[in-house]
Amino acid sequence: MHHLTINGLPFSADVDAETPLLWVLRDEARLKGTKFGCGIGLCGACTVHVDGRAVRSCITPVSAVAGSAVTTIEGLSPGGKHPLQQAWIATQAPQCGYCQSGQIMQAATLLRDYPQPTDANIDAVMSGNLCRCMAYVRIRKAIKLAAGLQEKADA
Amino acid sequence: MKRTARALVLLPESAFLFKKICTGLLILLGLLVVAAGVIYAAYWRPALAPIATPPSTAFSAQAIEQGRILAGMGNCAACHTVKGGAAYAGGRGMATPFGTIHATNITPDPQTGIGRWSLAAFQRAMREGVARNGEHLFPVFPYTHFALASDADIAALYAWFMTRPPVYAVTPANTVPFPLNQRALQAGWKLLFFRPGSLPRNAARGADWNRGRYLAEGVAHCAACHTPRNALGAEVQGSAYQGAAIDHWYAPPLTAANTAPLPWTRDELYAFLRTGATALHGVAAGPMSEVVHEGMDASPDADIRALAAYFAELAKPQDKVAPPVDAASVIAAGIKRSQKVGMIDNDRGASLYVAACASCHSNSDGQPSLLRPELSLNSAVSAPDPSNLIQVILHGVGKNEGLRGVLMPAFAHSLTDADIAQLAAYLRRSRSHQPAWSNLEATVARVRAGK
Repeated sequence: MHHLTINGLPFSADVDAETPLLWVLRDEARLKGTKFGCGIGLCGACTVHVDGRAVRSCITPVSAVAGSAVTTIEGLSPGGKHPLQQAWIATQAPQCGYCQSGQIMQAATLLRDYPQPTDANIDAVMSGNLCRCMAYVRIRKAIKLAAGLQEKADA
Repeated sequence: MKRTARALVLLPESAFLFKKICTGLLILLGLLVVAAGVIYAAYWRPALAPIATPPSTAFSAQAIEQGRILAGMGNCAACHTVKGGAAYAGGRGMATPFGTIHATNITPDPQTGIGRWSLAAFQRAMREGVARNGEHLFPVFPYTHFALASDADIAALYAWFMTRPPVYAVTPANTVPFPLNQRALQAGWKLLFFRPGSLPRNAARGADWNRGRYLAEGVAHCAACHTPRNALGAEVQGSAYQGAAIDHWYAPPLTAANTAPLPWTRDELYAFLRTGATALHGVAAGPMSEVVHEGMDASPDADIRALAAYFAELAKPQDKVAPPVDAASVIAAGIKRSQKVGMIDNDRGASLYVAACASCHSNSDGQPSLLRPELSLNSAVSAPDPSNLIQVILHGVGKNEGLRGVLMPAFAHSLTDADIAQLAAYLRRSRSHQPAWSNLEATVARVRAGK
């Protein structure tokens, strides 16, 4: 049995220790917002937060996060009001949407580290989150908008 | 025909020579036997009488607590506990070039542990590497270092172990082949390599340096990993702390030979030994993470600072006129170099870095973040041996290792040996000024198989 916290609630998963966190989230906790992309940690679609940091859940065994607080896109903000979520809607960033929860979770860590990210910061941190629709331009725009919203909220 | 004739002619002379050689050899053999006998006798130790296991009330709370801290500093559990097994019950096998040697049960179990060992027997084991029954211990038990511990510290360790829950656990047999398994031969090893003694106080140094040396050279036995060993498994005296490969990891040099871009100052050493991570050098992973988080975390700050003082002095360049490193410009230049990335079609290493590593490892100008380990400053990337970098890529860094609470996933199932070799080569090329590592792919395969 592996005990962790998912989106603020305690959760116990009776699965093999090597089971990727991704499948615990999707199949055990029934949280389908986190997506399976490449399965080898190279595309970013499965990004969630472990103790506040972006982590690729497809290559992270559940045993490695025992006792941790895991946050998925469903728990990023109550009511979906995180500045990134607002900006994503305002800019209509997604096209097909499959990579977007991973993009937003990665961007949330980006904004925590760099509240006013430069283009270089965005390139460096977000390049590992692939988008087959090539929505990168809108994603960059949304991140900058979210940075502005976050600053306003903090002011 | 000719040959026979010559042989006949030479015969009287060869017979004489043969006789002379035989006599010489016999004398030599005789001398060797006598010498071996003398050495054996000089190092012969009697069995010490077994005692009735003392009750835990026989030890003061203060001694037990002091013992707990010292056992952490010595990281006794790392060898004397099987992963997931009962604390100090022994059984962990250590692969040595001479066979696998199993750490013994040091719980106070009277049958299989040290329950019937007196303090004198325990002290003799620590000081001379001799078991209660008089057998020589193999030097994989670092008595060569423990010999430097004070009487009070050895008594405190004894108090700690004798008050642990006794565990019945028979230590598995060692696989050292004959004749190396003959413990009497250890007398010869001791004659060659063991110089018991104490560390006289160095009045030229401060109290913290002296305390740091006492801990490092004694109970903490840092050199056991960080000093290269000779063919007989003894630390090479002229190469103290020059770095050594161990268990598919690399214990880097703790002298000025360390290749990290920024010097290991007191503050850096303190932060690394106390928290397991610094923004300017990277994280403690693998066995060193155990040392920091499962051993030295019991130690008071003063002792960690003392170790930092000792090793900061050791790490200083011998060349007194060497200009001091301008840390700010090294950091700025390093991060600048790291930032020069992009998808490069013909560089698989760079592409893998962008896809798998950059989201966590990239840093903004001049600001290496503790949470974003800056690889241009990382000691594993600049080390002469790529093992540590490969280990971390393969197996990640658990959230209880390195910087606590932050985890790096393992890429063993994602990346092939060739992928990891190219990634490591790319990081080496782009983020250090050190020469390229050779045979990387074979090294990745070896490290992968080793675990």
